[in-house]
Parts: sequence; C-alpha cells; structure tokens
Amino acid sequence: MQQRVQRLRQFRRDKVLVALGLPGAIALILFQYLPLLGNIIAFKDYQPYLGINDAPFVGLRNFSFLWDGNPEFLNALVNTLILTLVQAVFVFPIPLALALLLNSLAGERLKRLLQSVLYLPHFLSWVIVIAIFQQMLGNAGMLNTFLVQNDFPMIHIIGVPELFKALLTTQVIWKDAGWGTIIFLAALSQVDQEQYEASAVDGANARQRLWHITLPSLKGIFILLLILRLGDSLSVGFEQIILQQGPVGTDSSEVLDTWVYNNGIIGGDWGMSTAAGLVKSMVGVLLVIGANKLAHLFGEQGVYQK
Amino acid sequence: MSTRPIWMEPPNPLVQLVKSIALGIAVLLVIVPFWSVIATSLADQPTIDASGGGMVLWPGGVSIGAYKAILSGGVVTRALTISIAVTVVGTLFSLTATSGLAYWLSGRGTFGARPMVLVVLGAVLFSPGLIPSYLVVKQLGLLDSWWSLILPVMVNAFNVLVMRAFFQQLPPELFESAAIDGASSATVLVRIVLPLSKAVLAVMGLFYAVGYWNAFFNAMLYIQSTDKWPISLVLRTFVVNQTTIGGDQVGAGAEAMPPQLPLQMAILVVALVPILIVYPFLQKHFAKGVMIGAVKG
Repeated sequence: MQQRVQRLRQFRRDKVLVALGLPGAIALILFQYLPLLGNIIAFKDYQPYLGINDAPFVGLRNFSFLWDGNPEFLNALVNTLILTLVQAVFVFPIPLALALLLNSLAGERLKRLLQSVLYLPHFLSWVIVIAIFQQMLGNAGMLNTFLVQNDFPMIHIIGVPELFKALLTTQVIWKDAGWGTIIFLAALSQVDQEQYEASAVDGANARQRLWHITLPSLKGIFILLLILRLGDSLSVGFEQIILQQGPVGTDSSEVLDTWVYNNGIIGGDWGMSTAAGLVKSMVGVLLVIGANKLAHLFGEQGVYQK
Repeated sequence: MSTRPIWMEPPNPLVQLVKSIALGIAVLLVIVPFWSVIATSLADQPTIDASGGGMVLWPGGVSIGAYKAILSGGVVTRALTISIAVTVVGTLFSLTATSGLAYWLSGRGTFGARPMVLVVLGAVLFSPGLIPSYLVVKQLGLLDSWWSLILPVMVNAFNVLVMRAFFQQLPPELFESAAIDGASSATVLVRIVLPLSKAVLAVMGLFYAVGYWNAFFNAMLYIQSTDKWPISLVLRTFVVNQTTIGGDQVGAGAEAMPPQLPLQMAILVVALVPILIVYPFLQKHFAKGVMIGAVKG
C-alpha cells in the first residue's frame, strides 16, 4: 500500500519526463517488439487475407526446411557461409592495414585529409555504390570502354555468376574499409607512448615495435570486432545483393536474407520464411553469446561482462 | 605524432615511398569514380560520342542540359522533393523521440526508467525479422505511405543508450540548481540539457539524416506507387537497372533531350550531393560521437 502511494507520488513528480520519453518508447515497442511477437506466424499457416489470429497453428511444419533438405534453402545457406568466410578473410585485415599506414604518416593535417576521403564511401547508399561500380567496371563502363578503344578484349566483371562473390567483397571493401579504420586509429592513439620509448631504448627497431607493442595492444579491439561480426555473420549485405541479383541468377547470389524476402514477400510463403528468419536471428544471438564466452576464456573483455 | 619522438630513428625513404604509394592508390580508388561521375554528368553529346558512349574523365564540352532536364519537374524532381521531406521530417522526429526517451531514462530513480532501460537493451540485441516487420507496417495501415519510411526507423535503440550515457555525465549540480529555481523537467531539457548536448545531437541528427536519405530497402518494401518513390528507387530504376529515361519523365523545362548517360549520372550526382554537403559537418563531430558510442555503449 505504502509502496503504491510512493509510486503514485513518483509518477506525479515525473509525469512530464515520462511524457517526453513516451513517443520513443512507443516507437520501439511497436516496431521492435511487436514484430518479435509476430514471429508467431512461424508456427502458423499464415495467409494475408486471414490475419494472424485466425491462421491455424501448424506446429513445426514451417521449419521443415531445416531437415528435409530444401535445395533452395541449402543453396542460400551455403552461399551465406561462403560469403561470411570470404569477407572475414579479405575484408577484416584491410582496415587494420590502412589504419597502420595512416598512423605511421608524419603529418597530422595530411592524415586528416586522407581520412576524410577514405571515410566518404561509407555514407553512400548501396544504390549509389552499385551504380558507381557499374559505371566503372560494367560492360559499357569506363574500364571496358578503355579496353575496347585500345583493342584489348573486354573483361566481364559485372553480371557474371562466377565472379559475383568477389564483386560483393570488393564493393564492401570499397565502401567500408576506410570507415573501419576509425576504431583502430582510436585504439592506436591510446597506446602508451612510453612503451615505445622504453622498447626503443632496449634496442627494438620499428618492425619489432609494430609486432610486439602496436599489434598486441590492438588485440582487445580486434577480438571485440570479431565477436560483433560473428553475431551478424548470417547477414551478408542484403540491399547490396538484392539490387544485383537480377542478371546473375539466384544460384550464386541467393543468401538467407534474400531467400526470406524472395520466398516470403515475393513468393507468398509467409510462414516458412518467417521460420527461417527466426532461426537465423536465434543462431546470431547464440553466436554472440558463444563468442563472448570464448573471449572470456582467452582472458579478454568481450562485448559484455560475465 | 606531428613531431617525431627523439628516440625514433629517421624514416627509411624507401619504406615511406611504398607507404605513400599504397595510400595514394587507396585515395585514388575513392576519388576517381566520383570525379568521373561528375564529369560525365556535365559532358555534352560530342564528348560522350567521342568516348564511345562511355564515362569520361574530362568533360570536353560542358553542358548542364542533363541537370536542367531532371530538375525542371518530372520523376526525378518529385523524388528529390519526397526524399528531402522524408529526411527533414524524419530527422526531426528521430531527434525529438530519441532525446526525449534518453532524457527519461537518464534520471536515477525516475518513474518507470528501470524497466524501460531493459526494453531498450532488448531492442539493441534482437532484430525483429523482415516478414513480421512488414506485417506490422501493413497492419498499421502504413503501406504505401511516407510514414513507413520514417516511423519504423525513427528510434534507434543504440542511439538512445549513447545519448542517455551522454546526459548522465552532465554535472548533477546543474539539475539541482535548476530545480531550486523552479524549472520543470521540460524546461531543464530544452534550456539546459539540449544546448549542452549539441555535439552529440549533431552527430546523431546527421547519422539519422543520412539513413533517411539513403533509405532503399524500406522504400522498396513499403512504397508501391511509383509516384511516391524517393530518390533511391529512382536511382535503382534509371541508373542501376538502366531503364531508359523518356521525354515524358523529365520536366517541361528541358529544351532537348540530353543523352542518356549524362542524365543517369546527373541523377546519381543529385543523390550524392546532399551527403557531400553534410559530410564536412558530420566529419567535425563524428570521431567524438562514435567514440562516446564505443566507450559507453
């Protein structure tokens, strides 16, 4: 009773604050939590004209893609995993290399200027990035126009299924490698300068300092980024792929996200696509938790504390 | 790092050269495409013909015909107007909602703040899923409405946490003295907290604005009528998918139809320019803003 009175008094005192926060709270609940509940249709035979409530429960039937070897789903899964692996190997080290290069430049001014140029592509939408790539590397693009005019054979890069994954990876690097340096540069500026000085006194050369001081002090941030990426590892550039899927066909370009879109919203198989999306996000959460545990085992901080 | 520490050996010129070349290539890979897009958008018919119908690096004969054509009414002009309106309204909504929510949650012992923080944290962790999100937007009757481009992405839970952290590190004496002077919570927010949070508001506002301007997927998902298209959908249709731009799709102010490629590149440029304009402002603040996020998030 007394608690309730106190709460009421608290509410009276804070009602303006609550009112200020309410629009944001409602938006989050409507567009983040309501869809979470909406995942219920993964267990239903949902049809758009029936509505969510009237759709009959079908148990785990929608999850059949998990065990019946649905070839399209399997293809999407394999493509996703390949892309994750390729991007982890090729995309991850480049921002680190760029950051080290930028950091070893003497002039602060020049460094800033280069940084601003390199960050820029990050702020462009995928539509713009892809349009630019087409104009540069497409069959009628700058590279091929130059080759043809100088009597060289054309190089087909865009719209070729075999090269699609390489193209996606290159685009990701072009767009975000510069932006990726920001966190490494911040970490580099935190490295204790006295360590460098002490090691120099002990006779370490530049390469040894890089190897024994700089890189180890980036280890924590590196692991943090890897964990964060792991949680996203089943999401590999949805907009980027859906925009370029047309000419290459789904065999080489379908990934889990595009499969959910094509199979659900385009194909009308709502229940199964929702089920796939649900499995995907649950695997993502599990991966983050698992990776974080692993980080703790290695004595690193990880994303959150134990 | 501007002055070399005394213990550091003088740089090896060969190594410096290799490093400079590597960085130079990286920078050129970014600049050349931009330059070429702009140059082509300004090229006239003979220049385009001379390049075999492809992109140019230098517009021999300069013509602003392409810009005249797309900006004098018609599909592109309308899409630009829509994108500008969505970006401005969306950013205002986002900033109001985000700072309001963050302000509510920043007080210690404020009514309802503790459970709500958990709600926000949960929203950071779990993504809602494509199809259920689509169904919610549909159920709310937002399909084919510009609100579908704003409301679902209006509040970014992570941004709320960043802003809350920022508010919490403001000195508590400020709030106490304001309360003694009889200021209400709303007055404190508008008169004291927000003016002190300009940097974080600027970064967040610009990030939100860039998001609204670039919105492609939500537009593709939710906007059905072609006359409601924002610029990203126009870009996809006429530039990425290379649909021919007809005379009836540009405004009456176009005297003669310019060649297709400069038209396409001009659309690309007008989609780019707002980003290039806000970019310097963004730059000034984002290192700081991003770091607040990285440290406190």
